[in-house]
Amino acid sequence: MSATVATPRRSPPANQAPAPGDLRLLLSGNHAVSYGAMRARPEVVPIYPITPQTPIAEKISDLQLAGDFDVDLMTAESEHSAMSACITASLTGVRVFTATASQGLFLMHEMLHYASGARAPIVMVNVNRTIGSPWGFWPDQTDSLAQRDTGWIQYYTENGQESLDTVIQAFKVAEEVLLPAMVVHEAFYVSHALEPVTVPSQERVDAYLPRFDPPHKLDTEIGESWGNVVNQDMFYRHRKDLGAAMNQVLEASVRADADYKDAMGRGYGILEKYRTEDADMLIVAFGAMVGSARVAVDMLRAAGKAVGLLKIKLFRPFPVEAVRAAVAGVPRLVVMERNFSPGGGGVLHQELKAALYGMPDPPAVHGYLAGVGGVNVSPKKIVELAEKALTDEPVPDSVWQR
Amino acid sequence: MHTYELDEQKVFNSGHNACPGCGEALAVRYVLNTMGPNTIGVIPPSCIAIISGPQPYSSMRIPVYQTTLEASAASAAGISRALKRQGKHDVNVLALAGDGGTYDIGFQALSGAAERNEDMVYVCLDNEGYMNTGAQKSSSTPYLAVTSSTPGGKPSDKKDIAEIMAAHRIPYVATATVGYPDDLARKVAKARDMKGMRFIVVLTPCLDGWGVADDGAVRVSRLAVDTGFFPLYEVEDGERYTINHGPKGIPVERYLEQQKRYRHLDEDQVKEIQAGVDHRWSLLQARVESMAGQARIR
Ligand SMILES: Cc1ncc(C[n+]2csc(CCOP(=O)(O)OP(=O)(O)O)c2C)c(N)n1
Ligand code: SF4
Ligand SMILES: [Mg+2]
Repeated sequence: MSATVATPRRSPPANQAPAPGDLRLLLSGNHAVSYGAMRARPEVVPIYPITPQTPIAEKISDLQLAGDFDVDLMTAESEHSAMSACITASLTGVRVFTATASQGLFLMHEMLHYASGARAPIVMVNVNRTIGSPWGFWPDQTDSLAQRDTGWIQYYTENGQESLDTVIQAFKVAEEVLLPAMVVHEAFYVSHALEPVTVPSQERVDAYLPRFDPPHKLDTEIGESWGNVVNQDMFYRHRKDLGAAMNQVLEASVRADADYKDAMGRGYGILEKYRTEDADMLIVAFGAMVGSARVAVDMLRAAGKAVGLLKIKLFRPFPVEAVRAAVAGVPRLVVMERNFSPGGGGVLHQELKAALYGMPDPPAVHGYLAGVGGVNVSPKKIVELAEKALTDEPVPDSVWQR
Repeated sequence: MHTYELDEQKVFNSGHNACPGCGEALAVRYVLNTMGPNTIGVIPPSCIAIISGPQPYSSMRIPVYQTTLEASAASAAGISRALKRQGKHDVNVLALAGDGGTYDIGFQALSGAAERNEDMVYVCLDNEGYMNTGAQKSSSTPYLAVTSSTPGGKPSDKKDIAEIMAAHRIPYVATATVGYPDDLARKVAKARDMKGMRFIVVLTPCLDGWGVADDGAVRVSRLAVDTGFFPLYEVEDGERYTINHGPKGIPVERYLEQQKRYRHLDEDQVKEIQAGVDHRWSLLQARVESMAGQARIR
C-alpha cells in the first residue's frame, strides 16, 4: 500500500484566467456539483429532492432543459427508489449520478450496501445535514459518516471547486475499481456559498474520463445475472474481493488526482499537509472546517505557534499509511470535527486513534467535538481551541467544545 | 377436454427448487416462455427467487437481477431507462414479484413507477401471503384465511390491487391465473407487445400456504375463477374493461373446501364470504358498464 501526499493546492484565486474552453462562473457549491456532473456525462440521474441538496437537482434540470446536459432525469418517488434505479442503470452499463442528504441518505441505507455488493460504480454527492429527530437543516457530517461501513468510497471536500473536480475524479476511480463513490460537502457553508469556480471544458473532461463501458453488465447477449443466493464460501470470497477493491482505491485516487492535476491544473491529494514543518501540533480536520483551520493556522504561525493542518480528504478507505507518514514526528494532534456518534464520540477522532495504534512514538491525540449541529467554528475559535490543546492533557474520549 | 399448447422456448427450465406442483413455478413457466429470451428479469426476495436458483445455477435463460423486497419496480425502471440510452428499444424488462413485494412493502416503488409510466411488464405472482418466510399474511390474503400470523383467520379484506393499478391509468392491467393458461399467456404476450407500464396479477396457489394437495394448484386456480372469487379481466388505460372469465354459478364453498386455510370456517362465515364474492362481482360488472364507450381523456 502506498499513498502520496499532495502539495498544498487550493482553488485558483479569483483573478486567475481560465484555460481556453473552460468556463469561469460564480457558483454555489451545489451548482458547481451540477456542472461537474454535467461534464462527466452520466446517462441516467435518478434523484429525489431534499434540503440542502435541491439546488443540485434543480440546476441539472435547468441544464437539461437548456439542452446543455443530455441526460435521462428520473424523478423518483423516494431516495430508496432513486438508489435502486441507480444500481440497475449502472449494472446495465451506463454512467449514473445522483445526490442526496441526511434523511434521504438514511432511506437509501439498505441500497447503499446493495450498490457496493453489486459493484455498481455510481457517483453520489451527499450534502451533510443534521439527522432528525429533532428536525434541523444544519451542517453536520454524521449522516455520511454513519454510512462508512456500506462499501462506498468517501471523499470530503471543502469548497465548490473541489466538489466539482472531485465528482469527475470520483467517476474515474469508481469505474476503475468498480465501487460506488460518495463526494461529501457540508450544508450551506459549502452547498450554498458562492465562489468563482472553473468548469473545465467538455473536451478536457472527455479526454480525462473515458466512456463507461464495463465488461460485465445486464445484457441479453451476455446473459449474466446478479444477486442470486450464495453459500458461505462464496459470500466470504465476495466480501474479500470487495475489500481488495477498496484497498485499490488509495492508489487509484492518488493517480486519478495526479492525472487530473496534469490535465486541469488543480489537484488535492488524498490528504493535504498545510504548514506542517517543525510543527508541535497538527489540527486534523475534514470538510468545510478545513478552510477555517487554514486561516487559523496562519494566525497561529503569525503568533509564533508551530501549529499546522492535516486535511483528510479520502475517508473511505481510510488512508492509514499516508496519515501515519504525515504525522510521524509530530508530538500532538487535535481533531476538530462536526459530527457525533453517541457512545463513540467524534468519528474522525476514533478513526485516527485506530490508524495510529501500534505506531512507534505516536502523537498524543485530542478529540474536539467542535461544530456538532452546525454551530459556527470561526478561525478565531479554532485558534482558541488549538491553544487549549497545546497545553491540556489529552483524554481518550472526544470532548465537547464550544 | 381443452388442451393448451405452450410455445416452449425453454426460457424457464425444469430442475428448479419450487415445491413439486407449485402454482407460482407454473406461472413462471408461462410468463417467461411467452416473454421470450430477449428479456431482462428483476426478482425480489420471494419463492420466485428460490425458483430462479442459487448461484451459480439459474432456471431462467435470461439475465436476472435479484433486488431487495421493496425495490422491484424501481430496479426495473433503472434497467429500462439505461437500455433506452443504449438504443436497445427491443429488450423487454420484466419484474416478477410476489404479493408481499407488490401489495405491501414494494407498493410505493410500484405506484411511483406506474405514475411515471415506466416501460416494463410487472407480473405479480399472487399466492396471497409471504410464503418464502413461512406463510404469513400479506394485504393480499383474503378475509378469514388462516396464515401463520393470522392463526384465527385474517380479519380484513384482500386489497384490490388490479383496481388500484387501473386507477393509475396505466396502459394495461390484467388479472390471470394458472388454471387458465391460454388466457394467461395471451395477456403476457399482449403486455409484452405494448409500451409503458403494464401490470398483470396472477393468482398462483401455494400448496403449503393454502393447504392444497400436490396435484391441486390448477384445479383450485380454476375454481377461484369459476366461483367468481377471482374474475379474470383486463383494463386498458384505466378505463376500457374486458371481462374474460367470470363466475359459472358454482358456490364459493367448492373453492374454499379444497384449502386447509379455510377449514375452520362455520356456515355463516362461508355465507359471508359468498356474499362478498357476489357483491364484488356486481361492482365489477357495474364498472364495466359505466366505463363502456368512454373515450380516453388525458
Ligand atoms: C426489507 C425486507 N424485509 C423482510 C424481508 C424478508 N422476506 C423475504 S421474502 C418475504 C415475503 C415475500 O412474500 P411475497 O412477496 O408474497 O413472495 P412469496 O414468498 O409469497 O412468493 C419477506 C418478508 C426482506 N427480504 N427484506
Ligand atoms: S411454498 Fe408455495 S409458493 Fe413457495 S415454492 Fe412451495 S408451493 Fe410454491
Ligand atoms: Mg406471496
